[in-house]
Amino acid sequence: MSGVFSPSRAEIKERTLRTDKWWLQPLATFGVLFSFVIYATFRAFEGANYYADHLISPFYSPCLSEACVPEATIGGWTPISAQVFNFALSPALIILIFPLGFRMTCYYYRKAYYRAFWMSPPACAVAEPHKKYTGETRQPLILQNAHRWFFYAGLIFNIILTYDAIISFKNKEGEWGHMSVGSLVLVFSTVMLWMYSLSCHTCRHTIGGRLKHFSKHPIRYKAWTTISKLNHSHALFAWISLFGVAFADIYVRQVASGAWTNFYFF
Amino acid sequence: MARKVNLRIWRGDSTSGSLQNVEVDANEGEVVLDVIHRVQATQMGDLAVRWNCKAGKCGSCSMEINGKPRLACMTRMSSFEEGEEITVTPLRAFPVIKDLVTDVSFNYKKALEIPAYEHPADLGPGEARMEQIDVERSQEFRKCIECFLCQDTCHVIRDHEENKKSFAGPRFFIRIAELDMHPLDMLKNRKRTAQEEHGLGMCNITKCCTEVCPEHIRITDNAIIPMKERVVDVKYDPARWLGSKIRRREGS
Repeated sequence: MSGVFSPSRAEIKERTLRTDKWWLQPLATFGVLFSFVIYATFRAFEGANYYADHLISPFYSPCLSEACVPEATIGGWTPISAQVFNFALSPALIILIFPLGFRMTCYYYRKAYYRAFWMSPPACAVAEPHKKYTGETRQPLILQNAHRWFFYAGLIFNIILTYDAIISFKNKEGEWGHMSVGSLVLVFSTVMLWMYSLSCHTCRHTIGGRLKHFSKHPIRYKAWTTISKLNHSHALFAWISLFGVAFADIYVRQVASGAWTNFYFF
Repeated sequence: MARKVNLRIWRGDSTSGSLQNVEVDANEGEVVLDVIHRVQATQMGDLAVRWNCKAGKCGSCSMEINGKPRLACMTRMSSFEEGEEITVTPLRAFPVIKDLVTDVSFNYKKALEIPAYEHPADLGPGEARMEQIDVERSQEFRKCIECFLCQDTCHVIRDHEENKKSFAGPRFFIRIAELDMHPLDMLKNRKRTAQEEHGLGMCNITKCCTEVCPEHIRITDNAIIPMKERVVDVKYDPARWLGSKIRRREGS
């Protein structure tokens, strides 16, 4: 008997006496994140329908495999073989670890999935089912400390996705100065990814949080103050950017497969 | 106008106890502590309850109300539905002494383990000068009233008694953060000891401490996560480690 059922504690047999719907939030989180994982896994292995009319899916960018369609690559640069040990490697699988790692180690998502998936705890003041707990002090969870490296990689990805959003302002003939629904979808997705990255706790720390004397670094203090304001909405940006990137992929897939027509405004 | 409310109050001690039903009047504008006092005055004369200021500033009347760690003096009766049964128990992370009173001495032991502020050797009394922007982060943490609701809700010790020896808890992580961010504190190893001795790595950022803080201190975002990032600087970031060696930055 441990935890709230320890002999010295008040003798109460219920795991929690909360009367509100405390289970609703972890359940909804589980449903949404699990659905995203299923969809992302399917798309990562599909290896097709990721490019159409200067629109490239964020799941497949940068496209570094020899298997990539030439228009989706960065100037034809394909340093990764299309096959590894006779296994046809989808271009998405090469790069997936970076955005996935950034989200997996994100301080907000940690809260979300520790509660929703691992029930550690399922909600505040609701007893968790695990007998032992060591937190993030041992392998593999000590790897959560690698968040800043995924943050740096995420910034590079954001730059590439910004480039993708810019070239979406070309028409089918490759002429600049045109805008389609796809352009808006990619711009929205990219802007939300930037907001998610810039509001990140690691970004806040790197910009100025690690300083001991703000007064000696007025510019970094100003930047830290701005990032701190964004940081209040980090969870919101985490969700919106997740939906944004998923919708951008769905949109490109549908256009690439011919199911939807990418409407051009001009 | 008074209305009747149904309370379930935990009565007992460290050997046994149970929830006991009681019906009591509640007047407009009252808080849970008022109603508990009325129960004590009219029906349960020996009901043990710890309280002091009745203004949300002393942190004495911490208890669990409908399963949530709350200050009884800051929980309005009007926040409950008409006819809703209100369950009041002692804090479930600490040993119970009697009824609603728990033994929170765990926290005082942990407080003693946190190294105190170390003043610069070259500054005498009255010579310290700090700018407001350098101390405002630490000032947020000074709002703590030591109600220990954050400690109570933290699953690391609430659900795992065995972790108490190696985990200081959110209240003391804000103390460590306060000192580590202090512009004049000279102690060099706070980051490492936060991780290695006070169990910062055991926190998995589930933010329950922030949710229950009656002073609305952003414990996780402003203290625990920044401290985790500072620990990464000195323990898990080879580039920062190298930088600290080359440029002789503070590296611990």
